[in-house]
Amino acid sequence: MNTPAVAPRATLTRRRSGRVVAGVAGGVADHLGIPVLWVRTAFILLAAANGAGVIAYALLWMFVRQEAVDVRRTVGRTERQQALGLAALALGVGLAAAALNNSVVGWIVGPLGVAAVGVAVVWREADEAQRRRWAVGARAGVLGMGGGGGRAMVVRVVAGVLFVAAGIAVFLLGQLNLGQLQFGVLAVLATVVGIAVLTVPWWVRLVRELGEERRERIVESERAEIAAHLHDSVLQTLALIQRQAADPREVQRLARGQERELRNWLYGPTGYGRGGTKVATLDEQLSVALGAAAAEVEDTYAVTVNPVFVGDAPLDDALRALVLAAREAIVNAAKHAGVGEISVYVEVESSGDDTADGRPDEDAVVHVFVRDRGKGFDPDTVPEDRHGLADSIRRRVERHHGSVRLRSAPGEGTEVHLAIPIGRGDDRRDESVPAPNDEHEDAR
Amino acid sequence: MTETTPTDSDAPIRVFLVDDHGLFRSGVRAELDRGVAGTPAIEVAGEAGSVEEAVAGIAHLRPDVVLLDVHMPDGGGAEVLRRVRPQQPDVVFLALSVSDAAEDVIAVIRAGARGYVTKTISATELGGAVRRVKAGDPVFSPRLAGFVLDAFSDRPGAAPAVDPEVDLLTRRERDVLRLLARGYAYKEIAGELFISVKTVETHVSSVLRKTQLSNRYELSRWASDRRLV
Repeated sequence: MNTPAVAPRATLTRRRSGRVVAGVAGGVADHLGIPVLWVRTAFILLAAANGAGVIAYALLWMFVRQEAVDVRRTVGRTERQQALGLAALALGVGLAAAALNNSVVGWIVGPLGVAAVGVAVVWREADEAQRRRWAVGARAGVLGMGGGGGRAMVVRVVAGVLFVAAGIAVFLLGQLNLGQLQFGVLAVLATVVGIAVLTVPWWVRLVRELGEERRERIVESERAEIAAHLHDSVLQTLALIQRQAADPREVQRLARGQERELRNWLYGPTGYGRGGTKVATLDEQLSVALGAAAAEVEDTYAVTVNPVFVGDAPLDDALRALVLAAREAIVNAAKHAGVGEISVYVEVESSGDDTADGRPDEDAVVHVFVRDRGKGFDPDTVPEDRHGLADSIRRRVERHHGSVRLRSAPGEGTEVHLAIPIGRGDDRRDESVPAPNDEHEDAR
Repeated sequence: MTETTPTDSDAPIRVFLVDDHGLFRSGVRAELDRGVAGTPAIEVAGEAGSVEEAVAGIAHLRPDVVLLDVHMPDGGGAEVLRRVRPQQPDVVFLALSVSDAAEDVIAVIRAGARGYVTKTISATELGGAVRRVKAGDPVFSPRLAGFVLDAFSDRPGAAPAVDPEVDLLTRRERDVLRLLARGYAYKEIAGELFISVKTVETHVSSVLRKTQLSNRYELSRWASDRRLV
């Protein structure tokens, strides 16, 4: 994104400073990017109309967190007066409505309003306790009333509870037409509801802390897994390297092996960086098998083998033979070329390559090139001990109707080109006639 | 290295290093300062350890070539490319990374890097790569060549090319890429295909352009894995 002009929208949090009751209106205003006065007016209007504003405010108070960082804001005299004025206005409107007609509004402004004020006082104390906990950094018991707020806090909480109890009691007593039994049931219900509402902050905190704890546990086990892996592999290798520091060849071999292992762990098909979503069914692929063969040679002969794959194919008999032959070619290069680096290029070429019509690769050919920039040799004067090429490479490949081309000259390195057709029916397996081969021009 | 008055063509190439590992930066700086054989000489003009530092430093120092780490906090090399290239289109980027995973390679190439080499490259090869990108030619490691061939190959079930101009490789470009993937140097490719080195460079440049512009599924997939497209 080239345009950082749009500031990211603040997540919805309740203000901890510059608030009047619980910082809900301020938080909403910050989130929406509008003046806080509008938000307060909206809440008040909704509250006065049918009480929805009170409920909305209460729900936001319950479920929106306080902002974690204390931002310095001050509520100016005028702002506080505005807020209080609005509240008074709402109260007036409510009273007027109550006087005019219905009793529902009357309850809200009367006894239930008192109860709501009590709830607000208690919840505010819960917020304060939360703040103190953050300030102290200590984790109080989940159900504890908070990290020691002193006597004033206890007084406020008790007052709040009394408000709630009184509000509920007056509300119930207002229902004079109730029978004894109904009244008893209703009283119990009201008490339960009152206690539930009063303790909402602690329930919310309990749920949040459980969630957080679970997340921490997951992160923790993840960390443990990474640490264990790094310990088993990287640290061990580093220790080995320090002990073998005098032998550059061995250091190179260890470093390269470790690099390959870590790379595979991070970026491999089933690796850590892939999220481990893919199931490891790739064992039977050409690229995996040849990659493993290259890695083996690397480890054994302390050289660097860089395999590059274009396309892939499931292993069959022909390809297994090809992998073995390619391995032999890589070993030859590692042993005789006298250089530290060997290029391996593998391409699965479908015969529809020219027409590009995407035919299935029923007549595909797999090419393997093994190249080094080493000494090279004159193919006509091969010493007796280099029968590896003849035996294990040529015979293996030709048994599967493939071809071998060798290119080498003293001082110019060596390149072995293996090609094998795949996807043919088994009927040709038993033919002893070698496949017609026009690529033999410079093979031995 | 040579203290003769440099003409315009052999003025030293000024390189800027971006990598969040100080150890690696000082290693490369030491290698390049010690002098890499060949002309023009290469000098390290500056270095940066974060995206912010890199953007500021490149704007200030105006280097010829930026050696860019792929993995860094705050968006990595691709982010640096995105923020610098609109302002300074003449600065050339060579990506240098430990990772040779397809999505990393393709992502920085598509973000505008002219080449990609892995950190295990020798100092001499690095010097050669720097000179090559400075001269305007791309640097394709064998593995990158392999990825590109793979991405452009028409295998069964692949979506047909939308824009043949950028979605298909010519026969010759394929040949060149194949030889690159087999580990051939430009000069060897030229000899093998009986064409001039200049023609090889033209083919590779054209492949680079297609890799950056094509909307082939494989390329956009690799790029979007890093949230680039």
